[in-house]
Amino acid sequence: MAYIKALSYYLPERIVTNEELVKEFPEWSVDKVAQKVGVNSRHLAAEGETAGDMALKAAQKLFGDYNIDPKSIDFLMLCTQSPDYFLPSTSCVLQDKLGIPTSAGAFDYNLGCSGCVYGMAIAKGLIAAGVAKNVLLLTAETYNKYLHPSDKSNRSIFGDGAAACLVSTDGFAEIGDFSLGTDGSGANNLIVKTGASRQKDTTGKYIEDEEGHIWFDDYLYMNGGAIFNFTLDAVPAMMKDILVKNKLEKEEIDYYIFHQANKFMLDTIRKICVLPKDKFYVNLAETGNTVSSTVLIGLKDCIDNQIIKRGDRIMISGFGVGLSWAGTVLYMQ
Amino acid sequence: MDLNDFVKNFAEQFDDTDPELINANTKFHNLEEWSSLTAMSVIALVKASYGKTITGAELRSCVTVKDVFDLISSK
Repeated sequence: MAYIKALSYYLPERIVTNEELVKEFPEWSVDKVAQKVGVNSRHLAAEGETAGDMALKAAQKLFGDYNIDPKSIDFLMLCTQSPDYFLPSTSCVLQDKLGIPTSAGAFDYNLGCSGCVYGMAIAKGLIAAGVAKNVLLLTAETYNKYLHPSDKSNRSIFGDGAAACLVSTDGFAEIGDFSLGTDGSGANNLIVKTGASRQKDTTGKYIEDEEGHIWFDDYLYMNGGAIFNFTLDAVPAMMKDILVKNKLEKEEIDYYIFHQANKFMLDTIRKICVLPKDKFYVNLAETGNTVSSTVLIGLKDCIDNQIIKRGDRIMISGFGVGLSWAGTVLYMQ
Repeated sequence: MDLNDFVKNFAEQFDDTDPELINANTKFHNLEEWSSLTAMSVIALVKASYGKTITGAELRSCVTVKDVFDLISSK
């Protein structure tokens, strides 16, 4: 059996408020952003600060907060879509910087909003197979570096950040059974097209998409309507599957921590899944959508503020870019 | 599905627009409050209340509220 044993996160220093953001977009109101998107301010990585740098800080914080000896880590994985280099894997660089033994395994994996839950699935597998005992799972993202300055929607939603989680043979939350899913036919609905092998050089090109939004080749593009429809299809089905896999009824779930995409989407998911407001976590006011870190940040927040307690069953899930989704139940010890 | 009910539900997706201003023939793209967020609300409404999927592109090609109703009815 695998458990979450420790949990910490790091948010970069620079904070951008809605007031700052609307200065660039006078047609956009502060209240509207706060009310609909649910974000009042978000943290942005500094110019030279990478996802690797933030993951390092999150891991160091974890080691400090829980008095963990880096020498006890025997596997390290980093979820990011903004790696420091094409190669090597940023996790290899982090192994050295963190003082994790050279006998530890390490790799990066490329996922977004579903990434934290996927990491738990992999970590649980490594532990169940006897490959590792103490898996350090890191999530770190700097989506803001991928956003075009004129992209007010995404600039209001996304915040940068990193989280660190120790998955071990004992701990405070047992990790249950998983529901995972993938639909690559929606790959173009959330994409940065250039910079990698398919199109290495920037093109400077853009087109108007079917919804009238500008799609820049060289920046993050999200087809809002398509992602919204995908989520409203995938999440209720995933929820049912998580319950089946864990042999639980909906009423037996004490609290829901879903990927904090934006308040509007979370409210809609909650209504469609018919979940009570007081059992459904919505809190991205000070962080924004930090992609793969939202679930871990939310979990930490709920534990620190005693929103969840011993004996609770917590459903967690992530969904987004890929398209990709994943969910499980955590059993609080 | 009833057109009047749909118009009422459609009008509820707006926060600051007087529902009286919205009827079946309203050219909703011209409403001051209409934005990509209101479009998301309508997509969600169609999914949640009518169990149908409409795309942002389809919504964009509709001119009046009745066009949206007809679009949903055709699915």
